[in-house]
Amino acid sequence: MRAIIGPNGAGKTSMLNVINGFYHPQTGKITYKGKSRSAMSPNEAANSGIARTFQNVALFHGMSTLDNIMVGRNLKMRRGFFWQALYHGPARTEELENREFIEHIITFLEIEAIRRTPVSRLPYGLQKRVELGRALAMQPDLLLLDEPMAGMNLEEKGDMSRYILDVNEHFGTTIALIEHDMGVVMDLSDRVVVLDYGHKIADGTPGEVQKNQAVIDAYLGVAH
Amino acid sequence: MGEFAYMVLIDPFVQMFELPDFFVQVIWEGFVGGVLYSLIALGFVLIFKASGVFNFAQGIMVVFAALTLVGLNAMGVQAHLALVLTVVVMLVLAFSVERLVLRPLVNQPDIILFMATIGLTYFLIGFGELLFGGEPKIMISDQLGLPSGAVDFDILGGLVSLQKIDIAAIFIAGAMVAVLAVFFDKTRIGRALRAVADDHQAALSVGISLSTIWVVVWFTAGIVALTTGIMWGARSDVSFALQIVAFKALPVLILGGFTSIPGAIVGGLIIGIGEKIGEVYWGPLVGGSIESWLAYFIALIFLMFRPQGLFGEKIIERV
Ligand SMILES: Nc1ncnc2c1ncn2[C@@H]1O[C@H](COP(=O)(O)OP(=O)(O)O)[C@@H](O)[C@H]1O
Ligand SMILES: [Mg+2]
Repeated sequence: MRAIIGPNGAGKTSMLNVINGFYHPQTGKITYKGKSRSAMSPNEAANSGIARTFQNVALFHGMSTLDNIMVGRNLKMRRGFFWQALYHGPARTEELENREFIEHIITFLEIEAIRRTPVSRLPYGLQKRVELGRALAMQPDLLLLDEPMAGMNLEEKGDMSRYILDVNEHFGTTIALIEHDMGVVMDLSDRVVVLDYGHKIADGTPGEVQKNQAVIDAYLGVAH
Repeated sequence: MGEFAYMVLIDPFVQMFELPDFFVQVIWEGFVGGVLYSLIALGFVLIFKASGVFNFAQGIMVVFAALTLVGLNAMGVQAHLALVLTVVVMLVLAFSVERLVLRPLVNQPDIILFMATIGLTYFLIGFGELLFGGEPKIMISDQLGLPSGAVDFDILGGLVSLQKIDIAAIFIAGAMVAVLAVFFDKTRIGRALRAVADDHQAALSVGISLSTIWVVVWFTAGIVALTTGIMWGARSDVSFALQIVAFKALPVLILGGFTSIPGAIVGGLIIGIGEKIGEVYWGPLVGGSIESWLAYFIALIFLMFRPQGLFGEKIIERV
């Protein structure tokens, strides 16, 4: 679990956008699973096991919790258009199998009660949880979380931290976490990267980073 | 003045009351027309929802599909085989539009894509004429096994007569909408389609391929167009004039909202029935043929009170 921190506008979100293929970097390379390339497409990224959540919740507002998470199974379901159009035979079996898988995620995130609720009616904290659920449905190898706890109260933050740790420990998912709450960052992460003005200014264990003079200056806004 | 008010406000209702069988007949005719408007509007909504494109070519797709079907049959292809081949042609059209129009123009402003669909319209007119000729043709309803003739009901002290082809049209349209509803609601691709309509970025992040979705919606809209073309062609004939009728879908969309499938269906029925009643009972007062503009008039009035349409979400202007 690696945290990415830095002042607002440091380029943390941009970094995730590069990794999951929304942005194509002008220079530099992305190395993932031993393969280097200059840019990914979002499709490639998703196909090779990268999932993400967004800083501003990006759920499908017209759909229920269940359907939102089911959309995350998109790549795991392969039956073609004609079977689907008929909603028959293999397509139906596949649908039911995946529906069962989704139930595990729903139980894990403790959102049984809001299964059928349209997500637009959920409070912000729960929306963030559903968004995590959608990413987990992809069974990712790398999970990118952009400020998953922004705007949450202490209790909600505690819950979210627990889910993130569980995912990391039980499923062995690599996690890149952007977070502003330093307590959470220090607790959860194995390593911390610090960005400032689009540059990496530190990379180390939470303890090392905390003592780093460049980091302290960046956060205090010392002139460059 | 008093007499005019009577003619406009009272007399039409007296007529409806005095000849109820005729009134039912009028509603039925309007309803059948409305179903066909609904189908055209449905084609617009599908494409608009999934790709944000207002597809000017929807009307010509109806003509092109019907023309292909009739044209292939005229070349000696058996009717049902021609139907299958026409479906294949609509699939090829969907792939071509995605590859040659949408993909190169992705991330361009909406107006550019709209212009591109105008281009597509003129291409399809020219291409259709080149292959099958421009003169009006007769729909091959009999060869396709569609019923003809009418069923009469003795009710309300008179006679109500329903064309069998119209009854078939309503059943086929209903079945198609039901299949689409299940498809959108319960299948992976249907969900992916709704996801793309809701949030492009989030949809991309779970690995949904926009290209696939675009092909699927354009193909689905093509099938809807083919169905509309067969039904409409069977009532009049298959000619390029038919595409004008597609512009009746515009008031339907204003009424129903550009992104709502139930809106398209209900809007189509309201316009269809409304304009028929207006034409028959109020038309003579102004010398007839108000059918050509009444729909727009209804839509304009409606627009003043509910700009988001019947089922559309309330528009909130963010500043
Ligand atoms: N390395 C970079 N190269 C170019 N532009 C950058 C870079 N890092 C950040 N930016 C710009 O800074 C803005 C804010 O970046 P963002 O990633 O949203 O910051 P954060 O998530 O850290 O608050 C973006 O609009 C982006 O254009
Ligand atoms: Mg950010």
